[in-house]
Amino acid sequence: MTAERVRVVRAWEWARPERPARRELLSAVPELEQAKPPLLFVPGFGHGAWAFAEHWLGHAASRGFPAYAVSLRGHGGSEPAPDATLRAYTHDVVQAAAGLPRQAVLVGHGAGARVVTHALARYPARAAVLVAPVLGGWATFGTALRRNPVGTLPAVFGAGLRLNRRQLFSRDLADADARRYVSQLGRASRRAQWQLLTGREPEPAVGRPPVLVLGSPDDRVVPASALTRAARRYASAPLLFPGMGHDLMLDARWREPIDAILDWLDKDPARPLG
Amino acid sequence: MSSSTDLGRPVSDRGDTVCVIGAGASGLTAVKNLREHGFGVDCYERETGVGGAWNWRHDRSPVYASTHLISSRPFTQFPDFPMPDDWPDYPHHAQLLSYFERYADHFDLRQHIWFGTEVVRVEPVEGDRWDVTTRSTGGYGPERTSRYAAVVLANGHNWSPKLPRYEGLEQFRGEVMHASSYKDPAQLRGKRVLVVGAGNTGCDIAVEAAQQASHCWHSTRRGYWYAPKYVFGRPADQVNDTLLALRVPLRVRQWLYHWTLRLTVGDLTRFGLPKPDHRVYETHPIANSQLVYYVGHGEITPVSDVARFHDRTVELTDGRQIDPELVVFATGYLPRFEFLEGRVLGDEEGSGRPRLWLNAFAAGHPTLAVVGLVQPDSGIFAISHWQSVLFARLLTLRTSRPERAATFGRKVAAGLGERYSAKVKDSTRHWFEVGHADYLRALQRALYDLEGK
Repeated sequence: MTAERVRVVRAWEWARPERPARRELLSAVPELEQAKPPLLFVPGFGHGAWAFAEHWLGHAASRGFPAYAVSLRGHGGSEPAPDATLRAYTHDVVQAAAGLPRQAVLVGHGAGARVVTHALARYPARAAVLVAPVLGGWATFGTALRRNPVGTLPAVFGAGLRLNRRQLFSRDLADADARRYVSQLGRASRRAQWQLLTGREPEPAVGRPPVLVLGSPDDRVVPASALTRAARRYASAPLLFPGMGHDLMLDARWREPIDAILDWLDKDPARPLG
Repeated sequence: MSSSTDLGRPVSDRGDTVCVIGAGASGLTAVKNLREHGFGVDCYERETGVGGAWNWRHDRSPVYASTHLISSRPFTQFPDFPMPDDWPDYPHHAQLLSYFERYADHFDLRQHIWFGTEVVRVEPVEGDRWDVTTRSTGGYGPERTSRYAAVVLANGHNWSPKLPRYEGLEQFRGEVMHASSYKDPAQLRGKRVLVVGAGNTGCDIAVEAAQQASHCWHSTRRGYWYAPKYVFGRPADQVNDTLLALRVPLRVRQWLYHWTLRLTVGDLTRFGLPKPDHRVYETHPIANSQLVYYVGHGEITPVSDVARFHDRTVELTDGRQIDPELVVFATGYLPRFEFLEGRVLGDEEGSGRPRLWLNAFAAGHPTLAVVGLVQPDSGIFAISHWQSVLFARLLTLRTSRPERAATFGRKVAAGLGERYSAKVKDSTRHWFEVGHADYLRALQRALYDLEGK
């Protein structure tokens, strides 16, 4: 079980450090400091920090949590990076987390959750939340191909992965909003898209963070079975929000999942034993 | 709960709490990793701030105004708390201090640190526990003794100057200082300066003397390999580690290194520098791009070792006489554990040199670890981090899997004095010399063995 062992020697990473890229970091900070841990939201492929700035950042701040969202390089307002790798994205997340004033909770959405699982091996997060996680592997690819062949197939040949409205949102979301969100979508780099399928398994997390997995059984990107598998990896069961699309932070009922996350953090989850 | 010592002073029992001595880089990472593993921690720091040697406000800090990192950023940062990626390859010491302060704040470590408190005595007591006696720095106030489940020594090894003995040094009428009191190039301005020692500090000071002093002699015991900080447009240590990542054997790496230096730095004997009497990796590496440059501009005169001092002049081993006004001894530091009996660390003869396994673990004392007592050919903080992780796991297993901890103890006893580098020249400078890759691989193995993975 090599993947379960902590890695001490990372000669390649030391010898070829990741190149820095300008990062967009959006934030909403409560007016009064309340000794709650900062949250760092990590958007998935195609999304930028804007996806969290829409509702979740402000809501978390109103409940006393300093909230930040980073755009992976090549996304949102961060520097363009057509050749970025998963490792570069991980670098961006670890840098953003270590740059916060206090030990942060990492919240990853979609493929951003995969990036978070890599980041957890390089930064001892206080806790981690995986929202509708796309942890990669061929099963994800199969689902995407079945649900959205037109958007997925070109990605195999290096085009951007296109997600459609029906995958991302429920029917409850107003048309105008849905159109606006879809028009803001960008794309991840070709290499990173492939690495999502073929890349290495994440190394074990450092600092034993408690992990929460949540999603929707009606998500058309991440099937319910994938949610259960992801949660089982961290010895828990997923929290489910039926009737929502993949983009839980933008869908009409965005308030429910973020409240569940903040409630979970408020009761101060213990570190797992071991 | 409290009991009392032989002297009748009360001992407050701190239960399962672990004591960490020092809040420099190594102490901070020990506090953080012990906390992460669920231990209570009391850390004692004689100064009023964190950062140890890297805090220029501390009277024991060896940094001078121009101190920069010798190893580049990826090798120097803590493995789980990277330095900002917009920092230079070789940050300045003030950036290092801000890095440690941010580390302490980020992981909320200050609440566990007793500032302005120095440790007077550390004594083993029965049950593998430790009595630690402290008092306010400077000796004010009463002493206090607390009993701990374990102790981490992270008091550093670059603060007690090592001054070689020279015949006639007392009658020398010029100014003499150790590099530890060198702070600013203004101290050299307009003077005839002799710098003794070719460590990284000695070379830095020689370069500053070349820029500021009216004349600079640089005296070295032997010839060294002066590696530039950049080769092929990249930090030299990153190029070197590319070879390590490829698992290129030592001999081949030495050959490639020599070849690279011949192509980039060239033949130094042409400048009057002695030919190195060893291969690279056999002495602590020197990374300095400017020294050779200033030798080539005649601003530094390389000279041989000092033989003796006269009242106005210095006699060299080749018989030459020079007349410096200021002599700077960049002759290094010696480790000191004045609060602990040498025997505890395996130093039976009182030579001051501990005998440990992985430079961290003493035989017969399973609840004691020395963190950061290494002189790697690269950054030290990652090593301190993993040492303290290993110690925290060991302490955890002492209760959950005592047989594993016992096996570890036997390994410590068997492996005392193990080396993790190429064969190095015999000198106090190389007491703790380790090759970072060899050392970290050994530590990784110890970690896997301990956890049965």
